[in-house]
Amino acid sequence: MPAGTLYRGREGMWSWVAHRVTGVLIFFFLFVHVLDTALVRVSPEAYDEVVATYKTPIVALLEYGLVAAILFHALNGLRVIAVDFWSKGPRYQKQMLWTVVGIWVVLMAGSLYPVLGHAARELFGS
Amino acid sequence: MSTDTTSAIGPVEGGPRYDVDNPAPYIEAPRKRTGRTPRATRGNFEMAAWLFMRLSGVVLVVLVLGHLLIQLFLDGGVSKVGFAFVAGRWASPFWQVWDLLMLWLAMLHGANGLRTVINDYAERANTRLWLKGLLYTATVFTILLGTLVIFTFDPNIR
Repeated sequence: MPAGTLYRGREGMWSWVAHRVTGVLIFFFLFVHVLDTALVRVSPEAYDEVVATYKTPIVALLEYGLVAAILFHALNGLRVIAVDFWSKGPRYQKQMLWTVVGIWVVLMAGSLYPVLGHAARELFGS
Repeated sequence: MSTDTTSAIGPVEGGPRYDVDNPAPYIEAPRKRTGRTPRATRGNFEMAAWLFMRLSGVVLVVLVLGHLLIQLFLDGGVSKVGFAFVAGRWASPFWQVWDLLMLWLAMLHGANGLRTVINDYAERANTRLWLKGLLYTATVFTILLGTLVIFTFDPNIR
């Protein structure tokens, strides 16, 4: 581990860390996702069989995590653009991060039922 | 202590220090391009990559969030996804172009992001070389595979 990685440790650094971690996770999912979609060229059965795993409750939870990672990366990415291109961006970077976190929390709460509803119905009955 | 009256600083009074017969020494501007300066071996690749991350990022926010909304949120979420659903969507050139653009931009955006991560954390030159070789191979393979699948999709495969 390179020395001095905790040189700041405030909003700026932690949002940067979260942006990296979510970016790498999303990229690795993207590889898997292109491969599973490629099964439509094999046969409808092969594709439907793999997609069936995406509908299980455990993978539904992973999908909720994927939505969480993508939403943070998207919102914080817009913040990074504002910091870079808006003249007052650097001055308001902290306020913008907490705005991002606020919108993220609201959207994640709103995603609970649409993304996990089918898993809940399967687990607890409809 | 010296009683010498000649100063290290030249005479201030009595006219300028330099004149036509005694010109000031010429000091070359720092980093000036000269005949011995090596030609630039790199273009502005890093700047182009930096700009690409921001431009593709804005477009991806729309493409990916729209994709998530359709696949995971509307009409029963992931439950309705299957071969028939894919066939229905790729019957329209609009969604084919949407998915193709999303594939290319997301793969290039992610590959450049991981290239930065490798450059930051892999300290040995050889490690960087191999990790980036693996990254570029996987990226080219995945982009080509995905493109092929979108262009050759056959709803009547069976």
